[in-house]
Amino acid sequence: MSTSAPTQVGEPAVSAPRRGRGGPRQTSDRTKAERKLGLMLCAPAIVVMLLVTVYPILYAIVLSVQKVDLRFPNESGFVGLHNYGAVLSSPLWWQDVGNTAFVTVISVVVELILGMILALVMHRALFGRGLIRTSVLIPYGIVTVVAAFAWFFAFDPSSGFVNSLPFIADDKAWFGERGSAFTVIILTEIWKTTPFMALLLLAGLATIDEGLYEAAKVDGANAWQRFYKITLPLLKPALLVALLFRTLDAFRVFDSIFVMTRGSQDTESVSILGYNQLISRLNLGLGSAVSVLIFILVLAIAFLFVRGFGTATPGSQGEKR
Amino acid sequence: MKGDSPRARAGWTAAIIVVMFYALIPVLWLVSLSLKTPATVSDRKFIPQSTTFDNYTTLFSGGLDSPLLRPLINSVLIALIATVIAVTLASFTAYAIARLDFPGKTVILAGALAIAMFPPISVVGPLFDMWRALGLYDTYPGLIIPYLTFALPLAIYTLVAFFREIPWELEQAAQVDGATPWQAFRKVILPLAAPGVFTAAILVFIFAWNDFVFAITLTSSDRARTVPAALAFFTGESQFTAPTGNIAAAAVLVTIPIIVFVLIFQRRIVAGLTAGAVKG
Repeated sequence: MSTSAPTQVGEPAVSAPRRGRGGPRQTSDRTKAERKLGLMLCAPAIVVMLLVTVYPILYAIVLSVQKVDLRFPNESGFVGLHNYGAVLSSPLWWQDVGNTAFVTVISVVVELILGMILALVMHRALFGRGLIRTSVLIPYGIVTVVAAFAWFFAFDPSSGFVNSLPFIADDKAWFGERGSAFTVIILTEIWKTTPFMALLLLAGLATIDEGLYEAAKVDGANAWQRFYKITLPLLKPALLVALLFRTLDAFRVFDSIFVMTRGSQDTESVSILGYNQLISRLNLGLGSAVSVLIFILVLAIAFLFVRGFGTATPGSQGEKR
Repeated sequence: MKGDSPRARAGWTAAIIVVMFYALIPVLWLVSLSLKTPATVSDRKFIPQSTTFDNYTTLFSGGLDSPLLRPLINSVLIALIATVIAVTLASFTAYAIARLDFPGKTVILAGALAIAMFPPISVVGPLFDMWRALGLYDTYPGLIIPYLTFALPLAIYTLVAFFREIPWELEQAAQVDGATPWQAFRKVILPLAAPGVFTAAILVFIFAWNDFVFAITLTSSDRARTVPAALAFFTGESQFTAPTGNIAAAAVLVTIPIIVFVLIFQRRIVAGLTAGAVKG
């Protein structure tokens, strides 16, 4: 940043014109220099982001229309859409899409409800707000793999404490059956990410004018009406951004499933499927087809949020102010 | 506070205890497991009946060949280097976006947002192939590069939000008062920008410290394997001893820095997490 300071030199400091965004736009040398500096400062980050995301995804598309199996390097060649056909006609892919969607929907819905309650509690807290904030930040900060191990060991039939709780069978094998394995996986996801949701919603709540609630109280609105008619509509932008981020994040679920079941008992997610094809089986062609399909699904979810629900891209309004 | 009824206070206290209990119980369980002896590790008791630190000491026995030392060093160095680079690049970009007038700002922010939503598993295959060709597979740069890339959007958004709040006029005011541009930058702008930069650094560090997908796909040995990946591949000392105690001990060790971070910097973390998302 030190390189940017000298741009101030030569500017008549006293009558320094405020960089008016709506001011008269004449392409003077000054504005040209500013544009150049702006682009130069952004260039390194843009180049890195393009090289490590856009280029690999294009490369993934190239790989996905070829037969590339590192175990049989001599059999490589162009196969068209064969890999996509193989993935899309496999029941495993659809099962994994269903599993991923299931984990995503359940965990995001529960997180939304818990996060909202937690945010309201923190917002209205009489005391101890800091204590609650500290405790909810711990799940946020914990490494996902560690969180997965913690819950895995808690539910593990041989050493976990859960089975010694009342009303739970002593020998319940949580990871031996699909339903209960998913329960623990989803519980872990919720435990880990509800704080993120709660903090985003809490920040949204802080932007709502308290006067509105006072006015509504005077007009006789009860607590539920105040929540439904004031909080929810005004919280909508923050809510949708939080939902979008969490949905896409949940859709990538990988760490907790990898630690707990490795996808056994039909608990595989699409990310685990991609990993298995790419890294365990070294089938880059087929694995890349899976990667590209996951990418398309994520794009579709993002598109649905932005177009369907009118989620504003963060920062976009800030630009126009 | 004075007007609170005792009932309301009792209710709040209960709510706080429930939240704390729920947030901390898995962590406490890990601590408990990590202190148990092999004989009592399966006793399902929350308070260890007999305690030992063996689970911790065996993690480091054997120096660099020990199960945890090398991954721990890798994790710290990789996360730190990725943080420094990401925050430096993001500072340039955020400064330009917050302060300068040039076309394409919206495109840059939208592009960064798109990358924040990008599924890492979609680039893991190509990166695996590219890194093997370039000799970056199973090396520090092989992990640092994807980490800093995927952390850049978060850092840029956080820093733009912070930089927009800085009263930049002060820089000119200082120069009017006779400061050189460098003095104005160092004495006025730097102290104002530092909290934002620091916040971005914390968030990037937590991101890099936490990653698992890249860590298990782009490494194959302890040369560059980070703690989360090493944990997942832990094995017992012999095939008859489950490594539960060791994993729990290692998990506790990697959690301690995060808890310390959170306790010291919680206001900053919260401000940073929410700055980009809510202001928009």
